[in-house]
Amino acid sequence: MRNSSISRRAAGCALFAVALTALAGGCSDAGPPSSGASAQEFTIWDPYPQFDNSSDWVKLLTKCGTDAGVTVKRTGFDTTDLTTKALLAAQQGNSPDVLIVDNPVVSTLAEAGVLTTTDDTKVDTATIEPNLLAAGQLDGKTYGVPIGANTLALYYNKKVLDAAKVDPTTIKDWASLTAALAKVKAVGKKGITFSAIGTEEGSFQFLPWFWGSGAGLTQLDSPQAVSALTLWTDWLKNGYAPNSVINNTQTTSWQEFASGAYAFAENGTWQLANAKKTGFEYGIIPIPSSTGGTAPAPTGGEFVTAPVRDDTGRYATSAKLIACLTSSDNAYTTDTTLSYIAATDAVQGKQVAANPDLKVWVDAVKAAKGRTSDNLGTKYPKISEPLWGAFQAALSGGKSPQDALKAAQTTAAASTK
Amino acid sequence: MIYLGAFYAYPLYRNLDLSLRSYTVRSFVHGGAPFAGLDNYRTVFADPTFWPALTRTVVFTVVCLAFQFSIGMALALFFRRHFPLSATLRAVFLVPWLLPLIVSASSWSWMLNSESGVVNAALRALGAGPVNWLTDPRWALVSVIIANIWIGIPFNLVVLYSGLQAVPPEIHEAAALDGASGWQRFRWVTFPLLRPVSAITILLGLVYTLKVFDIIWIMTRGGPADASTTLATWSYRLGFGSLLPRFGPGAAVGNLLIVMALVCGLVYIRVQRGQAR
Repeated sequence: MRNSSISRRAAGCALFAVALTALAGGCSDAGPPSSGASAQEFTIWDPYPQFDNSSDWVKLLTKCGTDAGVTVKRTGFDTTDLTTKALLAAQQGNSPDVLIVDNPVVSTLAEAGVLTTTDDTKVDTATIEPNLLAAGQLDGKTYGVPIGANTLALYYNKKVLDAAKVDPTTIKDWASLTAALAKVKAVGKKGITFSAIGTEEGSFQFLPWFWGSGAGLTQLDSPQAVSALTLWTDWLKNGYAPNSVINNTQTTSWQEFASGAYAFAENGTWQLANAKKTGFEYGIIPIPSSTGGTAPAPTGGEFVTAPVRDDTGRYATSAKLIACLTSSDNAYTTDTTLSYIAATDAVQGKQVAANPDLKVWVDAVKAAKGRTSDNLGTKYPKISEPLWGAFQAALSGGKSPQDALKAAQTTAAASTK
Repeated sequence: MIYLGAFYAYPLYRNLDLSLRSYTVRSFVHGGAPFAGLDNYRTVFADPTFWPALTRTVVFTVVCLAFQFSIGMALALFFRRHFPLSATLRAVFLVPWLLPLIVSASSWSWMLNSESGVVNAALRALGAGPVNWLTDPRWALVSVIIANIWIGIPFNLVVLYSGLQAVPPEIHEAAALDGASGWQRFRWVTFPLLRPVSAITILLGLVYTLKVFDIIWIMTRGGPADASTTLATWSYRLGFGSLLPRFGPGAAVGNLLIVMALVCGLVYIRVQRGQAR
């Protein structure tokens, strides 16, 4: 059915083209956009609605399409909508050809049978850093390619630290960080702001401390985990961190830091452009782990995936599109546009060469860890939810860190059985 | 009929179906979710979040309605006395209703922020200590209730005001001639005559308040640690709020809300019939 209608349209298209050769350049956009079945049109969904058709990102998509001999129809969705949209589209059998999604969603979509593996599409993943690729792997199969990565580190306000006589290079572990916060408070400035909101965003921000304590996601109430949560609650109790962190998103937390009153902010690579606009001198240090060294922060950033289609013949072209988006040259452009760190060693080197400020981020990305890694996959969301409940309860004073994490572990264990 | 079927009956049926099956993300996409009977409802009832969320929903609804209605009534009575600028002032009171919810909820969230909010700044100026409006479990629900009352007052004001217009002034004059005081006239003349209008105002307010979601979600995400989670926000969180959607229990909670609204509607019809007789 579908094939015959395509060939009929193709035939009509050809006739039309013959008639209008002199006038029109082509016939590729003659079909109604909703059909999606036109052999020439490939659909791409991404979570970057901030980019319009004149942006470098969309220009790159168009160019990759042209190189692969197809036209690209691109739609940008809000990140939070995209998971539901992708699931619904798969349910109705009209998934896009290429889907770019947030990395922890990959395992959910893979579990749903929505995504093809890189074996199916023959996409090459050899050069990708293994710790980044792991977020898209489940039971030994890989379901996509990271387009780039971002992660968390500590921004600091140089003026505030100078006033408190704190040298940021001496901050190597939790003790030295807390000591620095105490000094900052002593001179009447505010210490650190982060986001501990009761959503995935909060868990994302808590994980560097959680992992940096040596705790693991399969045991939420380990003594190490309790020490991480105690670090946060003590900061609040001592006034080193504002009470508003409990309700802060990463954006509102950034706004607090941008006001200039705070010494530190835990935030991501994506704020780099905004950091330059704050009007004060800033610097970046990696998040320290409890006993020293860089803590593993969770990886952020999206994966380029190819959803399952009825017409498997389309995979070859989808693979070309994916390869184009993630190839070294283009990854450099893309990651610069998105303010991301590249997923391959070679491009990371190129980024640092062009902008030495990125060094700390590249190191942070190298130490980072996928939330769904360690084959946690779709168990991760069931662990993350009790985890954010725990730090919310402890920070708001409802429970002690110990009790809060104990309750979270009970819930997580019951739902991941 | 087709419109009703396509946009009301079918979604309702789907929601019911969703709540009776054991969906995983896989079966949501590929079909074949096994029929689970009332399992999702049992899961929901057994969840430690359920009873507190139900209590909060009831408290939220009752307190909001009580304040919205009484403040709306007081304002309606106030505006019935025509005075200079009364029309302008009345228009100002409608502003909360005209603002998109995301704007009003975000503004409230800014105002109540524990660090930089204007409310805490005012408290400090008055010599009182700051209150962690949105981040203290004891205050979070109060804060969203205050915001929701503010949003609901204009609706009550408008409906009650138009109801008051329908009360013939002669009756008032007659009562005044009989020596009834202001309060007596309200209690024994205005209020009984307004009863049908009041009842429908409260019913509409109730249905609207039960399902309030945006304000709470934007202001607190139901937090801290569930302290302002109502059934509506819980349903959303189950279905869409985490990386792994749980459609079955989410739909079950949604259906419980529909049933609650339905029961109140039936009570209303019952009362109406009783009065008509």
